[in-house]
Amino acid sequence: MTDPKHMVRFENVQKSYDGETLVVKNLNLDIAQGEFLTMLGPSGSGKTTCLMMLAGFEPATHGEIFLNDRPINNVPPHKRGIGMVFQNYALFPHMTVAENLAFPLQVRGMDKDEQKKRVERALSMVELPQFGNRRPAQLSGGQQQRVAVARALVFDPELVLMDEPLGALDKQLREQMQYEIKHIHENLGVTVVYVTHDQTEALTMSDRVAVFNDGIIQQLSPPDVLYETPQNSFVAQFIGENNKLDGQVVEVTDGLCTVKLDDGTVLKADMVNVGGVGERTTISLRPERVELDPAVDMENMVDGTIEESIYLGDHIRVRMNVAGNTGFIAKVRNRGDRRHLVPGDSAKVGWAASDCKALDPVT
Amino acid sequence: MSDTIQSGPVLAADGTPLKRSLQRALRRQKMRALLLIAPLLAFILITFILPIGDMLFRSVENEIVSETIPETVDRLADWNPDVSALPDENVFNAFYVDMFLAQEKKEHTRLGTRLNYELTGVSSLFRKTGRRVTRFDTDIYAKQFIALDPAWKDPQTWSALFDVSSNRRALPFTTRSWDRWGNYLRGEGKNPGEEDIEDFLFSALHEDLTRLESTDGVDPLIAAATQAVGGFETVSVRDQFLDIDKDWGRQDVWRIIQVYSPPFTTGYFLNSVDLQLGVDGIKTRSEDQRIYIVLFGRTMFMSLMITFSCLLLGYPVAFLLSNLPLRTSNMLMILVLLPFWTSLLVRTSAWKVLLQQQGVINDVLVWLRIVDDANRLILINNQTGTIIAMTHILLPFMILPLYSVMKTIPPSYVRAAKSLGATDWTAFWRVYFPQSVPGIGAGAILVFILSIGYYITPELVGGTTGVFISNRIAYHISSSLNWGLAAALGSILLILVLALYWVYDKIVGIDNVKLG
Ligand SMILES: Nc1ncnc2c1ncn2[C@@H]1O[C@H](COP(=O)(O)OP(=O)(O)O)[C@@H](O)[C@H]1O
Ligand SMILES: [Mg+2]
Repeated sequence: MTDPKHMVRFENVQKSYDGETLVVKNLNLDIAQGEFLTMLGPSGSGKTTCLMMLAGFEPATHGEIFLNDRPINNVPPHKRGIGMVFQNYALFPHMTVAENLAFPLQVRGMDKDEQKKRVERALSMVELPQFGNRRPAQLSGGQQQRVAVARALVFDPELVLMDEPLGALDKQLREQMQYEIKHIHENLGVTVVYVTHDQTEALTMSDRVAVFNDGIIQQLSPPDVLYETPQNSFVAQFIGENNKLDGQVVEVTDGLCTVKLDDGTVLKADMVNVGGVGERTTISLRPERVELDPAVDMENMVDGTIEESIYLGDHIRVRMNVAGNTGFIAKVRNRGDRRHLVPGDSAKVGWAASDCKALDPVT
Repeated sequence: MSDTIQSGPVLAADGTPLKRSLQRALRRQKMRALLLIAPLLAFILITFILPIGDMLFRSVENEIVSETIPETVDRLADWNPDVSALPDENVFNAFYVDMFLAQEKKEHTRLGTRLNYELTGVSSLFRKTGRRVTRFDTDIYAKQFIALDPAWKDPQTWSALFDVSSNRRALPFTTRSWDRWGNYLRGEGKNPGEEDIEDFLFSALHEDLTRLESTDGVDPLIAAATQAVGGFETVSVRDQFLDIDKDWGRQDVWRIIQVYSPPFTTGYFLNSVDLQLGVDGIKTRSEDQRIYIVLFGRTMFMSLMITFSCLLLGYPVAFLLSNLPLRTSNMLMILVLLPFWTSLLVRTSAWKVLLQQQGVINDVLVWLRIVDDANRLILINNQTGTIIAMTHILLPFMILPLYSVMKTIPPSYVRAAKSLGATDWTAFWRVYFPQSVPGIGAGAILVFILSIGYYITPELVGGTTGVFISNRIAYHISSSLNWGLAAALGSILLILVLALYWVYDKIVGIDNVKLG
């Protein structure tokens, strides 16, 4: 009825393990069919718990979860038909790779020939056609990871859950696997709910990202929106690099506000998540939006002192003292005509008002 | 070109081959390791391995015969029972000397007991003979020698005679007998040169002299006696023995001595499997003596039953413990270990109280009207009692390895299986259970090996039908004192366990055993 069709729906879901603290607080979340949704958040923020409730391994303390508009609170895990990739892969060590892949087909009573065909297809999908007779322990971490993905997909589930599947891999392999999982998702059109604490991973792979903190979804947006317009200070700090400037709102004019920083500097900022005049606020500003010694005047211009500069090839990272904040970072594009950014030199920094967001104060 | 390719061994910086430098570097480590284990190694070697080795050695050792009656064993080797019904006078002469010395040393009863294992009645025959062998009518030789020359009466004469090698060569049997006699006396703190010459020595002397061909180089005293001995009156030693007991005329008595003469014997092992090495080869024992095969079978069967019931009761408990939060499981683990804090004897006695016909369990069953008062269950002094009590006692040994293996199985495996569509049972049976097999293996081996050698509990609650082979071994060690048989039974038990271990290794693989 709804368009696009909802695959999964969390309705006012709460979860407590000990009856004292809520690990998940009033979760409402719709996941569309074919979507790649990532739950991103620091460790302990309740991501795994959400996934476990969806898979059926943990009961929700309150609220209802729907799968294809059917309430599933009382459906046991094996009847939910949800594929799952675990963080440690959970490949059965006493079975070969092929037996692992055939397991979900066997328990569904599929006949032997069909099983064999499917297993072969799944193995070639993850580019491991020769590895059917190996034991999981005889595979490298990356290969085990692929087998785990293949096993979660071999019985054609509509929904696949992945709980930090790449957490144990090294950086290079992780990046490669990110693309492979993304491609598999695009080719098969399955719905994926993906859990990670790695923001790059979330941004690279997802259609939408749900940022978790403290059992609450802080923001649910596509990656670019998440980065460009964070809804609150937590998201701004958790996603990407970020300069924080604390101050007080002194004036509000159609979407923009004037903020007086604690050292007296006055800035104009995009008003995103702040009350009104007199309220405290934290301004968030991406380092790459800062211009060093701009040729033309910008909406916000502040004097600063260079504390340190680090050469990083394509850009130079400059740490400055701006408005009493010694951790102010500016990323300067390496145009070849770079000045010597000598520590101790003073420089002007400037940025557009729309590039800095006035958010809830960080205490 | 700093890294030139060199043929031959890789050299360390100082030019010595790398292998040797490495070995030298590792040697100190090895020495340290050896020093660390040295006290335990010595302790185990001295208090465990050597005694057990000695014990196992006893299962084939049979030197008692050839040590107690060496001359007889020597001469009996030539006796062919098919040619002559009884050994000839020679053998009886030797046996006279041997028996006389044996009864002096009080060794004849031990030998009798040993041979009695193989032929009943020999023990009393030896005891009786020991009492009478000093009173043989062989003094006739002594009288005649002393009449010939009174010097024969003087032990000093004998001492002097047998110090001279030509005399010793001429009278080999007497020399050996004299030496054994002298050794015995000296062991008793006496001087052979002062003790009276016993009749058996004159008897031996007489035999040697009748056989002596040339008197060249021997003492004139001997030469004179050689001349005279042809005219001596003789007495048959064999008749003397037959006088004591006509059993000395039984061929089988002599055959059994002959068969058990060698220093090693398979007799104990044959006995352990209800066979007997008798006068006419190996044959099965009579019906009423066949107990060991049945006992071995019962020991194996009951140990298997105990192992199985431990597994049946212990698996769910271990499963529960390993799935509970650590604090709760630690609490419950204390309950599992509680039996270890009570003495084994107390626990077994408690089972006696519980299981007897007027005991708690029967009372409850009668009260619940499950069994009739007249037909109270017999739960003790039989196999049931042993199995119940031993299952209880050995249960922790099953639970602990199971628990420690199950603890290492991440819950994500079962979850993965369920997410792949397996029901609870399938997930358990196809995924969880195979991974708990190492724990089952470790627990089962532990319980089985412990129970196969268990002793106290079967002894107390087993009655006659519920005892194990180990109770029989204990009986032979402490009551019948047939250590050889006990050793043979023990060795067979050891071999059985090793064989089972081997089979287990073939089927399950010993690498699959985990204790934690
Ligand atoms: N089985 C459990 N029993 C009790 N508390 C748990 C259990 N699993 C998770 N928690 C608690 O719930 C919170 C959220 O955990 P989790 O969902 O695993 O977070 P994340 O996956 O985001 O790291 C944590 O504080 C954790 O300690
Ligand atoms: Mg987690």
